[in-house]
Amino acid sequence: MARIIWDSSVGKKTVMAVSGLVMLLYLVAHMLGNLKIFFGADEFNGYAHWLRTLGEPALHYEWALWGVRVGLLAAVVLHAVSAYQLSRRDIKARPSTYVHKRLRTSYATRTMRWGGVILGLFIVWHLLDLTTLTVNENAQPGHPYENVLATFGTWYGNAIYLVAVLALGFHIRHGFWSAAQTLGVGSATRDRALKAAATALALALTVGFASVPVAVMTGWVS
Amino acid sequence: MRLTLRVWRQRHTDADGTMSTYEVDGISPDMSFLEMLDTLNEDLILRGEDPVAFDHDCREGICGACSLVINGDAHGPERTTTCQLHMRSFKDGDTIDIEPWRAAAFPVVKDLVVDRSSFDRIIQAGGYISVPTGSAPEAHATPVPKPDADFAFEHAECIGCGACVAACPNGSAMLFTSAKVNHLNVLPQGAPERETRVLDMVGQMDAEGFGGCTLAGECATACPKGIPLPSIAAMNREWLRATRHSRRG
Ligand code: HEM
Ligand code: SF4
Ligand code: FES
Repeated sequence: MARIIWDSSVGKKTVMAVSGLVMLLYLVAHMLGNLKIFFGADEFNGYAHWLRTLGEPALHYEWALWGVRVGLLAAVVLHAVSAYQLSRRDIKARPSTYVHKRLRTSYATRTMRWGGVILGLFIVWHLLDLTTLTVNENAQPGHPYENVLATFGTWYGNAIYLVAVLALGFHIRHGFWSAAQTLGVGSATRDRALKAAATALALALTVGFASVPVAVMTGWVS
Repeated sequence: MRLTLRVWRQRHTDADGTMSTYEVDGISPDMSFLEMLDTLNEDLILRGEDPVAFDHDCREGICGACSLVINGDAHGPERTTTCQLHMRSFKDGDTIDIEPWRAAAFPVVKDLVVDRSSFDRIIQAGGYISVPTGSAPEAHATPVPKPDADFAFEHAECIGCGACVAACPNGSAMLFTSAKVNHLNVLPQGAPERETRVLDMVGQMDAEGFGGCTLAGECATACPKGIPLPSIAAMNREWLRATRHSRRG
């Protein structure tokens, strides 16, 4: 059955939808966790510590966290590989364009490929910035609250994160609704509800994620 | 009406094509778009030039043969087939761009004529029901619930014109294939081949080099028969069901 799914354009699209929804679920949790920054350094750092002790004593220190990391890595890889392979098929299927051109699809629809690439690059930067701290000057291991302030103390830190969460909003707006169609949940009667849910999710994620750099920039969080 | 036409001319499949410009005069607003092209071709023949090749058959919107991209729209500005489009949709003095369907799976044969036999092969892969020959069965022997009959009829309206493929930025045949799969899969007569039908037709669609669906929605906007976009979700549902129920391992 795995072969049938991977070899079919419809099946590969299913892989994209499921891996996308897995990442989406994670991002909702991640965004809500980020909001703890508004309650001060102790609460935010305590929350970061709790993520590592999650599941103890049944699990060892950081096991749950590594489980999530492995799952997410699988989702990102499956999503990106399917996106690449499906996009190649799509471009090959339409070799010559019309002389009389028309742009009709929405901005969110047209930017899925480049928006996805921006998100992929951002994921790498984000890990180097706040997980490994490689590119974060002034970072101290074990002090996530202070490291977030360090990131948003630079103009490029703010710019990179704001562009990325905007790209995320557009990607989710088309992606969530698309995933519903791919998984066969869409129908004429549910269409409006699904589109509204996609817009609400996209807005909530973008506003929620953007609130942190904006709060640091305006001095609300310091 | 006097019009300027920019028409795609291509001598054969492997030749390079270009847009050629022609003037036509004396066009009545009551003419159909194809009659307007007939007028152009009469002029071209009288001048000893090669007439423009284009597909047509019934000229009443039911066969699916006509196929032109007019000013960037498959079947032109109205939601109907090119043969049912009338010149009153244009203004005197307009310049009109006329191109063939463009997709890897629809190679140009000549000028505006494309080869759509890839659609035929998708149908051959599963767009049928197997019935024993002999006398017709009693119609009431197989009840079909009204909503299912409506759903089947809605999808049976597809005339296989290929406008959905022409309009799709990925040259995808998902709307056509979903119309055919949904039409038969919802009916009791289609039930014995329900799983193989959707798996085989989607497989053939991929093998023909059509693109995948990115839910851009251009197909449903172009479709002259109003096959709706959610038909694709309905086919995806059938496909996922078939991968779970397939007896072919
Ligand atoms: C590695 C970076 C990424 C790349 C290259 C990428 C690329 C793409 C592409 C090309 C599509 C298909 C668009 C279409 O069919 O029109 C897509 C769909 C989607 N993406 Fe991403 N994306 C990435 C990251 C993400 C992330 C972080 C999420 C998290 C929420 C996500 C969620 C989705 C969803 C839910 C879909 C819809 C799947 C469907 O159409 O059924 N993507 N992505
Ligand atoms: S789905 Fe509509 S546009 Fe596509 S082939 Fe059928 S009738 Fe033509
Ligand atoms: S010629 Fe038959 S549908 Fe247009």
